[in-house]
Amino acid sequence: MTAPLLAVENLRVEFPTRRGALIAVDDISFEIARGETLGVVGESGAGKSLTGAAIIGLLEPPGRIAGGRIFFDGRRIDNLPYAEMRRLRGAKIGAIFQDPLTSLNPLYTVGRQLIETIRTHLPLSETEAKRRAVSLLEEVGIPAPERRLDQYPHQFSGGMRQRVVIALALCANPQLIVADEPTTALDVSIQAQIVALIKRLCREHGTAVMLVTHDMGVIAETADRVAVMYSGRIAEIGPVRSVIKSPKHPYTVGLMASIPMIGDKAAHLAQIKGSMPRLGSIPPGCAFNPRCPKVFDRCYRERPILIPTETSAASCWLYDKAAAR
Amino acid sequence: MVDPVIVTSPRAWRRFTSLVARTADSDIAYNFRRSPVTMLAAAGVALILFLALFAPLIAPFDPFDPGSVDIMNADLPPAWVDGGQSAYLLGTDNQGRDILSTLMYGSRISLGVGFAAVVFSLVVGVLLGLLSGFLGGYTDAFIMRIADIQLSFPAILIALLVDGVLYGILPREMHGDFWFPILVFSIGISGWVQYARTVRGSTMVEISKEYVQAARVIGISPAKIMVRHILPNVMGPVLVIATINLAVAIITEATLSFLGVGVPITSPSLGTLIRIGGDYLYSGEWWITIFPGIVLAALALSINLLGDWLRDALNPKLR
Amino acid sequence: MIAFILRRILQSIAVMLAVGFIAFSMFRFIGDPINNMVGQYTSTAEREILRKGLGLDDPFLVQYVNYLKNALHGNFGNSYKQRRPVSDLIIERLPATLELSFTAALLALAIGIPMGVYTGLHRKGFLAQTFMVLSLIGVSLPTFLIGILLIYVFGVILGWLPTFGRGDVVRLGWWTTGFLTPKGLAALIMPSITLALFQLTLIMRLVRAEMLEVLRADYIKFARARGLSNRVINFGHALKNTMVPVITITGLQIGSIIAFAIITETVFQWPGMGQLFIQAVAEVDIPVMACYLMLISFFFVVINLIVDILYYVVDPRLRTERVASAHG
Repeated sequence: MTAPLLAVENLRVEFPTRRGALIAVDDISFEIARGETLGVVGESGAGKSLTGAAIIGLLEPPGRIAGGRIFFDGRRIDNLPYAEMRRLRGAKIGAIFQDPLTSLNPLYTVGRQLIETIRTHLPLSETEAKRRAVSLLEEVGIPAPERRLDQYPHQFSGGMRQRVVIALALCANPQLIVADEPTTALDVSIQAQIVALIKRLCREHGTAVMLVTHDMGVIAETADRVAVMYSGRIAEIGPVRSVIKSPKHPYTVGLMASIPMIGDKAAHLAQIKGSMPRLGSIPPGCAFNPRCPKVFDRCYRERPILIPTETSAASCWLYDKAAAR
Repeated sequence: MVDPVIVTSPRAWRRFTSLVARTADSDIAYNFRRSPVTMLAAAGVALILFLALFAPLIAPFDPFDPGSVDIMNADLPPAWVDGGQSAYLLGTDNQGRDILSTLMYGSRISLGVGFAAVVFSLVVGVLLGLLSGFLGGYTDAFIMRIADIQLSFPAILIALLVDGVLYGILPREMHGDFWFPILVFSIGISGWVQYARTVRGSTMVEISKEYVQAARVIGISPAKIMVRHILPNVMGPVLVIATINLAVAIITEATLSFLGVGVPITSPSLGTLIRIGGDYLYSGEWWITIFPGIVLAALALSINLLGDWLRDALNPKLR
Repeated sequence: MIAFILRRILQSIAVMLAVGFIAFSMFRFIGDPINNMVGQYTSTAEREILRKGLGLDDPFLVQYVNYLKNALHGNFGNSYKQRRPVSDLIIERLPATLELSFTAALLALAIGIPMGVYTGLHRKGFLAQTFMVLSLIGVSLPTFLIGILLIYVFGVILGWLPTFGRGDVVRLGWWTTGFLTPKGLAALIMPSITLALFQLTLIMRLVRAEMLEVLRADYIKFARARGLSNRVINFGHALKNTMVPVITITGLQIGSIIAFAIITETVFQWPGMGQLFIQAVAEVDIPVMACYLMLISFFFVVINLIVDILYYVVDPRLRTERVASAHG
């Protein structure tokens, strides 16, 4: 089996405050293989974006990595100095953020931003870089790319801007892209286009993607595997079809049940009772125990580890066959 | 207009004391305790405030009582310099007045004018801001127009001009009696705009909220709505503005006095003292001007530090 | 763009008219112009003749328009105290103030902007913190106090620099300049530093605040995620975006330098317009006050106009048409 492109081991991200440290990402581990798309799904505040930020080394202080290791292509990257990490960013690991409007510098033309990124990583001349920029814009589906090079970000529509952002992320052909809610700020109709674009490009270039989102539909469309996060922990992780069709963790079950389907005859939308606990008040044991319909004694005492089932791995004591009597 | 029961009822008092208790334990107080510079600044302000307030009781001399001033004691240097006397710790001026005492009385005047001017700016600014935000339409446009025009001129210029005009209107004989209201008005009028703008912004945010609309439907008078609901929400930023404004007001008064159009010599402020002392700089009697200068600088610096800290502490974005 | 400029010019004219109205009202209604112009022995009959001759019985609006017409021709009446045309006085004093203000503005910008950038980039460094503390002192010390301290240290104790006046000046047409003589330049040093200090600290703090704000923006985060070097990020992206609001506010500051010159000129007995104005306030010399008000307002209005246009030119978002967002 080939070594994974990205391996995260026991990652812990915390925010020191005067009342003690708030743990936002609590001991998570997962891998991403080359060319694979891993969806990371969960509610706001579950820790998905922070995981992505930790991987690319752009955690905003006072947040910091408090434990665990991150390996990229066999090399440990979580403890690299800033200058070393910078060389990886853009060239090996790219990133896409949520809001295309604020991701682009409004005072520079799109062409200038593309060319400067290209020339940072590739030894090309100005003209060669310009040609590459044009072909990148073409690739992401922007018509009349030569003309568009000299335009400013505000002259593009929202969807077009996100395409430019994707082009910028792909400038130097990175092996992994961390996409943080890439479609959330866009119209629904545009979302589908951008999702398709990401899928196509990553297949063509063989790029792995860590797709962070709260939209299960996007995950279903694009991801190979999915990790469901809750309260800074991974609740369930496995192939997309399996997790959607037969969710194992009660939280995932609740999630799937609450997605309305066309043809549903139900009068009410299904909901999971309660809400995700705030950072300072996560209960001991399993974080989901206040809301879980299948909760039992052990859930309050011990925090569950990821237990493999037939279809996926779930951190739920229900699946601990060894302990079941 | 404002229901006095709201302000003085036992329930309000209990709320106030619990607010004080919560504040002492809050993030702000913690923030304060961790910053030694800020604590030093607060101590400085407290000290000068104390000396100013109780000047008549604790000053060694009353420099403006002709009976206690002896011209034979004129031009004495500070006590630690050759020729100084220990009774006059910081020396005396050309009339024989004790510098330390003039400092305390001077701070009194400076702080008095400063506070009064800030209160004036605050009341006018908050009022206009509330009206502007609440009534909208032409009132809003009109008030904001004036604000914009006034903002394009430096405050000191406006204060100078208003000061000059008022003195011009007043017959010369009365100049000596009316300096306080004239100064307070001039400095106050130069500073209302910031309050108005901030309050207007907050007002406009609040009136679109449902609880205000509900209150209007029930028939609660606009005045009550403004005071009970909108005002508490605005007090934070207003407090920051007021603190920084206080330093500006004190410096403005000092500048006006230095230029000769502020507080007269009969009851001089720190600025006036500096002006009087300036002439003696060349003859080597530095203490007459330098000491008031130090006090003024310390005062302004401390207030600015407090204002800076307050703004950072109340700003959620910077944490 | 043209529409924008026209609108701003109209606004400026409106403001000038309003200021002219205030100036005129001061002129006409504060004190009695006649009493200020003649001695006590002038008879009532002579005063009446003077009154009619000056048109002081005409309707308000007529007087106002006449005042404005005169103002446009540079005629602001005669100073009450000096019995000379106000315009003469102003022209005599204008070069002194302008040279001082210009030097101070140059100093403030040349030192303030780089210091602001430095303290913005090295937020927690020791030097940066020191600058911030010094800047706080600079903002807290009133201008006149700084002037006095400088005079005391460099003039009285060390005796290095002249403490009052402009030194030797050279006359070029109606302009007098102190730039061309060593004494003139020496005399310029302390006053311009005094005048510049406040503006310098203001600009420094402004640039720093803007820089910090910009460095937190999403596009900076994205630039880092793309692997751009610190140099490119700080001086390419961050600096350029910082400059846009800084340019405009700096322009406005230049106007306030001319006003703050009042204080500096008084401390150093610099023979400029500011000193003239203070004397006028102390002596209730209304024509001079009114003229100074109009002149300063004119400067401010023009500077505001230029700054607005500059903003328009520098920020591409205001220039080109915006495409409606979130569609195709």
